[in-house]
Amino acid sequence: MGGIKKGLNKKSIITALILILVYIILYYMIKTRVINPYKSQILIIIGINIILAASLNLILGFTGQLTLGHAGFMSIGGYTAAMMTLKFHLPFAAALLAGGLFAALISYLFGLPILRLKGDYLAISTLGFGEIIRVIIVNLDFIGGPRGLAGIPKKTTFTWVYVITVLTVIIIYNLIKSTYGRAMISVREDEIASEAMGINTTKYKIIAFVIGGFFAGIAGGLYAHLIMFLDPKTFGFLKSMDILIYVVFGGMGSISGSILSASILTYLPEVLRSFSDLRMIIYSILIIVLMLFRPEGLMGSKELSLNTFRKLSNTGSLKRGGKK
Amino acid sequence: MDFLNFLQQLINGLSLGSVYALIAIGYTMVYGIIKLINFAHGDIYMVGAFIGFYSVTLLKLSFIPTLILAMAGSAVLGVIIEKVAYKPLRNSPRITLLITAIGISLLLENGFRFIFGPNPKPFPEVLPAKIIYLGPIRIGLIQIIMFTVSMVLVLALQFIVYKTKVGKAMRAASFDTETAQLMGINTNNTISFTFALGSALAGAAGVLVGIAYPRIDPYMGIMPGLKAFVAAVLGGIGVIPGALAGGLMMGTLETFTKAYISTKLSDAIAFSILIIVLIIRPAGLLGKKTNEKV
Amino acid sequence: MTLLKVDNITINFGGLTAVSQFSMNIGENDLYGLIGPNGAGKTTIFNMLTGVYTPTLGKIEFSGEDITGIKPYNITQKSIARTFQNIRLFKNLTVIDNVKISFNYKSKYSLFDCILKLPSYNKEEEEMEKEAMKILKVFKLDDKANEFAKNLPYGEQRRLEIARALATKPKLLLLDEPAAGMNPQETNELMHLIKWIRDEFKIAILLIEHDMKLVMGICEKIVVLDYGKIIAVGNPTEIKNNPKVIKAYLGEEV
Repeated sequence: MGGIKKGLNKKSIITALILILVYIILYYMIKTRVINPYKSQILIIIGINIILAASLNLILGFTGQLTLGHAGFMSIGGYTAAMMTLKFHLPFAAALLAGGLFAALISYLFGLPILRLKGDYLAISTLGFGEIIRVIIVNLDFIGGPRGLAGIPKKTTFTWVYVITVLTVIIIYNLIKSTYGRAMISVREDEIASEAMGINTTKYKIIAFVIGGFFAGIAGGLYAHLIMFLDPKTFGFLKSMDILIYVVFGGMGSISGSILSASILTYLPEVLRSFSDLRMIIYSILIIVLMLFRPEGLMGSKELSLNTFRKLSNTGSLKRGGKK
Repeated sequence: MDFLNFLQQLINGLSLGSVYALIAIGYTMVYGIIKLINFAHGDIYMVGAFIGFYSVTLLKLSFIPTLILAMAGSAVLGVIIEKVAYKPLRNSPRITLLITAIGISLLLENGFRFIFGPNPKPFPEVLPAKIIYLGPIRIGLIQIIMFTVSMVLVLALQFIVYKTKVGKAMRAASFDTETAQLMGINTNNTISFTFALGSALAGAAGVLVGIAYPRIDPYMGIMPGLKAFVAAVLGGIGVIPGALAGGLMMGTLETFTKAYISTKLSDAIAFSILIIVLIIRPAGLLGKKTNEKV
Repeated sequence: MTLLKVDNITINFGGLTAVSQFSMNIGENDLYGLIGPNGAGKTTIFNMLTGVYTPTLGKIEFSGEDITGIKPYNITQKSIARTFQNIRLFKNLTVIDNVKISFNYKSKYSLFDCILKLPSYNKEEEEMEKEAMKILKVFKLDDKANEFAKNLPYGEQRRLEIARALATKPKLLLLDEPAAGMNPQETNELMHLIKWIRDEFKIAILLIEHDMKLVMGICEKIVVLDYGKIIAVGNPTEIKNNPKVIKAYLGEEV
């Protein structure tokens, strides 16, 4: 492998071109209704789920912190963004940002004391936190209370989601490849050794948690302005479990895995509508089987990259995926 | 504060708490021996309730046989889950185990929903819904039975754990699984037995609750499971008497919160307590601190 | 000049005294050994020196500063580094990333720098890469730089542990049984490597070891521990012939 890639190099340019091309193709397919409005909504939801999965993966897959309340931050972001557009008439981008930042703030305040806990205790605390958020929202009448928040303007479009999803993935990916990312992974691998190498493990857990919370908040804002209605019941731990399933299925520690699994697991239920009753049963069996036989999920901790495709076409067999 | 009302709520709280205690003990026993929060434990409570339901409606059994059948069925389920899902992963990273437990939990909930339908089922009257009056204080016969049965089961458990060979093996394996194995203890069987006992207690709790608050549904185990877990942590995870104390505390706390503060906030308060306890005293109120070997 | 001054540290674990009244001074360029039967408390002492445990009594001073009980990552940042008895590499990171971790606490670029891939980020990453490769070359691991640490053979994993600790640029290096599981030839190479590290990087080294050939071969002074207490201090010849030491080991070949 060569040295450090600089900002603009061949791989980056190719990737950027591919991303733009994909966007143009999809955009026109939507515009000309080759992809009908129903399917384009699914595409948007796929994007939102990718953001959720990638943000949770940062905390869980890369930093090794099992958090079961991720949906709570999604709801914080969603409600905040919705209030910004409804009550303060902020432009969409500002509303989304406000949602993300507020979710990040709550992540920080909550993470500070909580991230000193380990494993099971952390998991259950985050689960509890998600529930506390839900109860608080239900009890706040000015944001709709148990009846939910309605009348949110529809501002989420394919373009918005595409751009934000791409940005999210790039940001998280760059983070992982940097010294911050290495520190997070070292926390996951061996916390004691990590501390012994001079790393303030709590600090990095908090960084991962806050950034993860930020993007979950953004996803929430996008969701709110797509569905135009927020129901507090949507963001309970069942939703957190959904996101967890995306991450586990795709591979804890693989961003491309999260992208793939979020896409597949969002699309599949739509295709298999008749099996919607069985969906959760299939998912739960899937989780168990995965943990028993392939705990690394689809991609393990490897990433798909251009190298992979080159190798595929050259040798016809998939070796260890190349790292960027 | 009205003293009589306080007493009333206390009684309600203790009977609710005895149920939490039964579930909490199962959590704490399993955690003590294989260091796993069995997320599916609350759903075993649900299964117990369902077994009880069908024992009464289909098999027309009376109270005690129903209780026994539910406990037996839950025990069997607990052992099966352990053997199929947890045992193969005993040497895997903790996260893998935790996620598997979550998977089992979801499977039980959604499986039962698929098979038996999502609508709550009304539990028929198995025990007379008599009320005893001590002055203005109402004590339901069912409440007394709930509390009594729970205490009897807890005492039976204490006997098993402290006065039998199997119990000794359980305690040894809880303390140090490897050494226990070296001493000739069949840790696999001990672990299965632990699961069986814990699940039986949870199943019993399910039947008792089904009779007392006669509605059962596939998701009924989620909240009590979580609250029982809080109880187990409060009392010190891995400490059986602690789980009992924690369960009673959680029950009384919840009842008082619902009576004096707000019904809607009771769940949030339960979790807040959990988080506060974990932050201040991670080993729980009665638990021991353990150091990881470096 | 005394680099490390350990002043009568004692640690109790709920009624059990694991180490009692341990004192030791290490100078800037010393190569000392800490030996004793299993369970004597050697790793416990390392854990106290590195902040994993806080001594119940006593004081630890480093470069004139009281470091008793401060957090492990702070101790490393103050230039004490360690390896572990049971290898604790970051298994799913590459060899070179394992080393790069040790540069983390000195890293200057911010979150925004790395997200936006600003020149400051690129420059620093390049420097880290160069530095890391330099260290790997010393330990003959440079050809395996992009291999996952978990795929290395045992001897190379042990070397990587030392390389990683050294990468934190310590003034004092604590090695916990660096030769464990090595064959005589590997041990011999390790001996020379440790001595070379001390000479080349001008640091102090304290090592725990059971391999007497290594300890006697390179340590200038040896402290012997038994049941948490010091039973002998001296140079290799003195220790070899010390009856208390021989008794404690009960016939251990020296």
